Amino acid sequence: MRGALAGRGPGDRTALLLSAMASPSPPAIEVQHLTKTFEGVLAVDDVSFALARGSTTALLGANGAGKTTTIALLLGLLLPSRGSIHVLGEDMLRHRYRALPRMNLSSPYVDLLRRLSAYENLRVYAGLYGLSDVSARIARLAERVELGEFLHRPVGNLSAGQHSRIPLAKALINDPELLLLDEPPASMDPDTADRMRGWLERYRTETGATIVLASHNMSEVERLCDDVLMLKSGTLIDRGAPAVLLARYGRQNMEEVFLHIARGGTAAAAQ
Amino acid sequence: MSSMATSVRRIGAPTLRHLYLFRGSWPRLLELAYWPTMQMVLWGFMTVFLASQTSYVAQAFGVLLSAALLRDVLFRGQLGISVTCFEEMYSRNLGHLFVSPLRPWEMVASLMTMSLFRTVVGVVPASFLSLAFFGFSIYSLGLPLVGFFVNLIVFSWAFGLVIAGLVLRFGLGAEGLAWAGLFALAPVSGIYYPVAVLPHWLQAVAAVFPSTHVFEGMRAIVLDGVFRGDLMATAVLLNAAYLAAGTDVFLRFFHTARIKGLLLQMRE
Repeated sequence: MRGALAGRGPGDRTALLLSAMASPSPPAIEVQHLTKTFEGVLAVDDVSFALARGSTTALLGANGAGKTTTIALLLGLLLPSRGSIHVLGEDMLRHRYRALPRMNLSSPYVDLLRRLSAYENLRVYAGLYGLSDVSARIARLAERVELGEFLHRPVGNLSAGQHSRIPLAKALINDPELLLLDEPPASMDPDTADRMRGWLERYRTETGATIVLASHNMSEVERLCDDVLMLKSGTLIDRGAPAVLLARYGRQNMEEVFLHIARGGTAAAAQ
Repeated sequence: MSSMATSVRRIGAPTLRHLYLFRGSWPRLLELAYWPTMQMVLWGFMTVFLASQTSYVAQAFGVLLSAALLRDVLFRGQLGISVTCFEEMYSRNLGHLFVSPLRPWEMVASLMTMSLFRTVVGVVPASFLSLAFFGFSIYSLGLPLVGFFVNLIVFSWAFGLVIAGLVLRFGLGAEGLAWAGLFALAPVSGIYYPVAVLPHWLQAVAAVFPSTHVFEGMRAIVLDGVFRGDLMATAVLLNAAYLAAGTDVFLRFFHTARIKGLLLQMRE
């Protein structure tokens, strides 16, 4: 289905996604009444949503809105206080290890192994996913995200821009059906950032993968995402395609929508 | 591919990460062998001196050297588990490890593999140097040496897993336990002296540690030329319980870390 979405406008993509969501195939992610409390502090508050397979969804919200906590819950790094999580048809509280080989994460909160080269890092992560034919796989990835010239240099010696490509390569090592990207690095220069978006678009077009993106970069969200979940203080306060949200809030771009919501505005107040 | 073959790959992956580190840093590798060698040299010269002074040591020249080398199996084995785990935390890599399909038991198996590697690299060169320096071979203990080694390293794993679990749960502030823990055990395990020299109540405490039975067994061979099967059997039974308990404690702390969100936040 993802291939069918390439090159279409936001309205068309939304319509196709809605039809996909109505199809019998289970959603890529289905979360019901998800709640997480840390010693009395509510980090995620009764959140429910379903994401269609092949969709690209942004999790938006100010710092502390619950984006990283939600991603950690989806991966099972964190156990919920309440609620259910199904990923790729698997109950993550009971059968997490059936889904994990089909998912991957890139996050600034976990580091690569800085003393190892990009190649060695990717070999280690390939092993963690039990993959075979590792050298050929790394060669393909290196080409895809343009790692060639620094593949064999220690990660800690790379510039920020070079370094920022490797987490993405790591996240694609197992050809995940579900890719979770937590705040793709802000250290990318505009050229590298644009290339990264291009790699992601190509990946989802080629594989039909589902992508969840927690980001503060609104132009990235407008370019990549079919669907946006707006979080505030751990609560899901709005949802829609970027074009739908722009219309709902009467704004020109997603940055304005974000600021309006972050500062306490509502859709009704925006009309 | 079978699930067991996939498991072996997953166990091998964190191990490969540490082997890459050793391959890229000869000082790391040298450091593994340095301390056991220093221990052996220190106790070797002490033995040479005491052999001329006391009939106890003169009767069995190698008793202190054997004790020093076996003590390092216990100490290095435990550090092999806990330091390997700490390195994952220092490098903020736990998140990557546990969003992969790596099971906690596979992580434990990988830690044990690295512990074995670090111990062998540390202790084996020292054992050959003791032959070169003092003409003493620990391999003269014969087949029971294998039993002693296995018992000590399994006990060190149990201990190391508890410390790794504590650090998962309470953060790297608890890492000092890795260094302090086994030093606390040393006096009661009767590493360098018979347990009989301890007060009666402390002998009862010593009896619950497998290491005590290993060192008593080693002295029985070196001093009396007798293999004590009863001591070996007791050590094996105790170790089975310790390893089960150590693994259980690690897994429980791992579960708590998932509840509290510690796997993403682990740092100093």
